[in-house]
Amino acid sequence: MRSSDCDIVIAGVGGQGVILISDVIGRAAVKAGLPVRGAETHGMAQRGGSVVNHTRINCRYSPMVAEGGADLLLALEPVEALRHAHFLAPGGTALVNTAPVLPVTVTTGKFAYPPLEKVLSPLQRIGTVRAFNATELAASAGTVQAMNVVMLGALSRYIPITEEAILAALAQVVPEKHLKVNLRAFELGKAEVD
Amino acid sequence: MVFVKEYLLGNAAIARGILESGAGLVAGYPGTPSSEIIETLSPLAGQRRMHVEWSVNEKVALEVAIGASWANARSVATMKHVGLNVASDPFMTLAYLGVGAGLVVITADDPYCHSSQNEQDSRRYAQFAGVPCLEPADPQEAKDMTVYAFELSERLNLPVMLRPTTRVSHARSDVETGQLPALAASNAGFTRDPSCRVALPVHVRPLHKRLIAKQETIDKELSSAPWNRLVCRADTGIIASGISGLYAEEALKDLELDYSLLRIGTTPAPSGLLTEMLEHCRRILVVEELEPVLEEQVALLARKVRPDLDLHGKSLVPRAGELDLGLVRNAISALAGLPAREPIVIPEKDILPPRPPALCPGCSHRATYQAMIKAFGKDAVFPSDIGCYTMGVGMGTVETCLCMGASISVATGIRFGGDERPICCTLGDSTFLHSGLTGLLNAAYNGARLTVTILDNSTTAMTGHQPHPGTGRTATGQESCPVSLEDVARALGAGLVETVDPYDLDRAVEVFRKARDFSGLSVVIARQSCVISARRQGVRRQPLQVTDACVGCQVCLNFGCPAIEWTGETASINTLCTGCGVCAMVCPSGSIKEVVR
Repeated sequence: MRSSDCDIVIAGVGGQGVILISDVIGRAAVKAGLPVRGAETHGMAQRGGSVVNHTRINCRYSPMVAEGGADLLLALEPVEALRHAHFLAPGGTALVNTAPVLPVTVTTGKFAYPPLEKVLSPLQRIGTVRAFNATELAASAGTVQAMNVVMLGALSRYIPITEEAILAALAQVVPEKHLKVNLRAFELGKAEVD
Repeated sequence: MVFVKEYLLGNAAIARGILESGAGLVAGYPGTPSSEIIETLSPLAGQRRMHVEWSVNEKVALEVAIGASWANARSVATMKHVGLNVASDPFMTLAYLGVGAGLVVITADDPYCHSSQNEQDSRRYAQFAGVPCLEPADPQEAKDMTVYAFELSERLNLPVMLRPTTRVSHARSDVETGQLPALAASNAGFTRDPSCRVALPVHVRPLHKRLIAKQETIDKELSSAPWNRLVCRADTGIIASGISGLYAEEALKDLELDYSLLRIGTTPAPSGLLTEMLEHCRRILVVEELEPVLEEQVALLARKVRPDLDLHGKSLVPRAGELDLGLVRNAISALAGLPAREPIVIPEKDILPPRPPALCPGCSHRATYQAMIKAFGKDAVFPSDIGCYTMGVGMGTVETCLCMGASISVATGIRFGGDERPICCTLGDSTFLHSGLTGLLNAAYNGARLTVTILDNSTTAMTGHQPHPGTGRTATGQESCPVSLEDVARALGAGLVETVDPYDLDRAVEVFRKARDFSGLSVVIARQSCVISARRQGVRRQPLQVTDACVGCQVCLNFGCPAIEWTGETASINTLCTGCGVCAMVCPSGSIKEVVR
């Protein structure tokens, strides 16, 4: 028996703007009158570390998505997709930004950064993978900083909340002077998965 | 009344509850996962006529809150769980003396130690002190319980503990907010009553008896608390506290079991409701995070009410770490004789490079550590402390980390315990002002020969850049007199006090050598803005690049800055470079230069 309409796990690296995505979804869900739950990573782990956020739409239970329970895995960085692959539900969808952010263990030569196909193949075994370079798309929208909003645009095609509510929430969260760029980024992300 | 729903962080919901309760004072010390409570309130302090402060430490925060409560203003002290260790001295006696206006002590627990040095369970402190503790399951309860906590505190004449955990403080949900009270003229003022304000033996002996007698009143009060809810179904039942109640509800739904469920949000759990549950159920599983506080209460009560109770708890539910749906579902499955669900294992994960949190690109702590190693040598002893700089553990300059401010006293003990090697301990500016001052005074007083390095990035960086007395700015942005670390160090008795910019690596090494050779207690203040604050303030430095002269010696890579990468044959500098220039000083072949525009 389902405990929510849609369980989402958002993974990335500290500083990529993971929290903004769930903040927008949460606000949009509230606008749509749906109960919503989210869990965030703050504090020590944020400093360049791997961060993860759980968001559950139309849910009245805990904010934590169960292993194998995420309808959607949104990964802002490829190896972070694999790191959190155990959350993806069988038949679920993983939306993956293919632009890597090298961890310090790789830049210092202690570990190798695995090739993209090796990163994605376990996810493809579990569900559907939509992989694209959201960082490049954000750059073409005007700033690489908007990569998270490109991913949000892609995600918007999969979640049970209207685009209107999502965009209204986005406008609340993003400073007005950056809104245009972010709207462009949102559209590019959306087009990528359409 | 108009109710509005907002998508709120648990800590923001608690802040909202504080506002709705018309509190007059909120004091705290930053600590994950509690910091956002004061951060939410500080911009509103003026318009709500509320004093909001970052105190110097948690003990001070609680004492300030107690003063306000005794002056008849509702007050809050907020901290992380380990902060209550620091504040435990006033906390324990406060329970004897009682409050004036309502006083809520918020201690945010951190099961799994996401950002902490331990995962102690604050409910034990509440039991120890004899005060009630409220444990919210989600942001809505966190807000509602905050409002209730003030009322309960006033009814009981006791402080009330609110104990959110990381998964409540840093959860978000739709929260129905209430109205803010109209701003009324303050009727605050301290009322003299030595019998319950002066903890003399003659006063506290009867107060202790009064506190013991109050335990029955607490039980009665909590019997009507809306946070404890019983649904009677089958004669097997689950009793679950705080967020564990949500895990249990979801697990029961998932497993399609019709077990009875008692959700508990208070410590102690009301004996009436527990008795009702025990009379209904012959088999019970208690689900709670960390300590078996609730389980022990159930076991004690069962001796009277149902001695043949088949009671399970920590035998099936882990006592360490945080719980989640999977763990709780498996515990309930075990009780029901159902198979456990195996964890999902993805073997390909072994190709994953670890991504631990690390010092930022350009962080001055890395440069300070580099200079320390160069001056003191790898054989020296390097006690350290709690802050961002603890993440430098890989550099070999963080050899101890115990609790806030312990570095200097532990270093003193290492010296007097008989270690003759050079000792150089480190702690941050905020940590030094929190509880390093007494350690330094003690080291000076007792004549310890060691070097204390204050890593002064002029902020409390790890918890989100809160101000402290060294910054000359308060929580609400008021200017205050910035304390001089140099003057304080001299006043406390340090024989040598030097200040250095760690980005000037050669000079820093020179200063550390001087400190190492000093015959007494030396203090080195390594001062450079936190790179995050500097970027926010618009500081831009020219980035660096690796030239063709690179011989691939990897010395710069071992420095560990995330902006330096290995290409396979040579080093290169990526876009994360902040232009601190320290790698250019580390490079033995002079191959790192500023980018020429």
